[in-house]
Amino acid sequence: MMPEPRLTVAVTGMNAVPENPGPGIAVARCLREAYGPHVRIVGLGYDALDPGLYLGEYCDSAYMLSYPSGGSDAMLARLAEIHTAERIDLLIPCLDAELPQMVGAVPRLAAMGIRTLLPDAQALARRTKDRLPELCAIADVACPEIKPITSPTFFRTCRAEGWSYPMVIKGPFYDARIVRSAEEGAAAFNAIVAEWGLPVLAQRFVAGEEYNLTGVADGHEQLLGEVMMKKRALTTKGKAWAGVTIFDEGLADAARRLVKTLRWKGPLEVEMMRDAAGRYHLIEINPRFPSWIYLSQGVGRNLPALLAEIALGRPAPAVAEPRPGTMFIRYAVETIVPLGDFEKMIMGGALSRHIDPEGVR
Amino acid sequence: MGSVKPGDVEAGMNDDRTTAFPDPATVGRLALSDSGFVFDPVSGRSYSVNASGLAILRLLQKPTGLAEVVEALQARFEGDATTLERDVIEFADVLRGQIK
Repeated sequence: MMPEPRLTVAVTGMNAVPENPGPGIAVARCLREAYGPHVRIVGLGYDALDPGLYLGEYCDSAYMLSYPSGGSDAMLARLAEIHTAERIDLLIPCLDAELPQMVGAVPRLAAMGIRTLLPDAQALARRTKDRLPELCAIADVACPEIKPITSPTFFRTCRAEGWSYPMVIKGPFYDARIVRSAEEGAAAFNAIVAEWGLPVLAQRFVAGEEYNLTGVADGHEQLLGEVMMKKRALTTKGKAWAGVTIFDEGLADAARRLVKTLRWKGPLEVEMMRDAAGRYHLIEINPRFPSWIYLSQGVGRNLPALLAEIALGRPAPAVAEPRPGTMFIRYAVETIVPLGDFEKMIMGGALSRHIDPEGVR
Repeated sequence: MGSVKPGDVEAGMNDDRTTAFPDPATVGRLALSDSGFVFDPVSGRSYSVNASGLAILRLLQKPTGLAEVVEALQARFEGDATTLERDVIEFADVLRGQIK
């Protein structure tokens, strides 16, 4: 009897600094629980200290990628090297900053035999933070005004433009800080520019509570397997340290309208504020799974596995009924790393437990 | 519900006070445990209530009136009708602020 062919999935975002972990380890964990030994998981990272690269229970092998700032050609060349060694069936990018290049590279990845489930460049661009009001007007979803700012002088003159404190200051990809004065605004602006660059975005503050939804869009205007979560404990970066699943048809409806308007394809996370009247306001759409994606496995809706099935052209698997009231609590844990493994990552950018990565440098 | 102010309740003790209660459908979505643990599946919030609070919540999950609630509580808990009535109204006020 022929052994069943094993699926090889490459997953990025293996960073896991506790205050702001990448989603990659959680995505790999979901895949491992769905497919067991029938999946070979290739962890991809940008730093030799990304812990997911060394977690053998989730990643069968691990490689370093070139930073997105190195350009598409360098990224594709590196992926081609890794593909030669690993024969990747499916690639799941998990970091916002790499998505524009990954989306642009979809045809070349497909030519290499690497499948993806990603939005097109137009859809990706329409959900950037500065374009959310425009998108929401079409999708009939409430959204606070957003203004790109290029100078900290904005915070001294903003009242004349009709802005008031508090307001939210955001980086183009990451970071969001609530500021209550011109001084706080300027400090946040400078910190975000130093870390993420321009533009910095000012978003009107919506009083309420934040709710998040994640799901997979099939590319045919359908949102599948949505999981909704309320954060119950936050890190210093405002990320979920604990959370609980909820179910609100109003939140799901808003997400469906956004998916339909964008003709989204692939994973996404929708971040909304629910005001005192119960109305949802869109804060962000992240073009990837969130770091709390393991909660989807916890409620019988393993979304990374669902994505894999769709990307491989198989029927979408049935998912469990919504299960509000399932909690997660995150914790930090040390993994022991033999110095030899760290050496391989530093010197060769690769660590394989079953395949000799010779030639992949 | 939204137009009723707490003062309306205080003003007319003989009026139909059901309008001061949260919508039964809203209270009905709450998951109530015998331990007094309460979970709202829409907001994700959880609460803990004592035995009388739990009894009131269970009563408010169906359309009911203040007199019915007080009568039901009198059968289980000590206290005169006036005190129980005041407690129920106060509890309903807090509930309306928490569950929307």
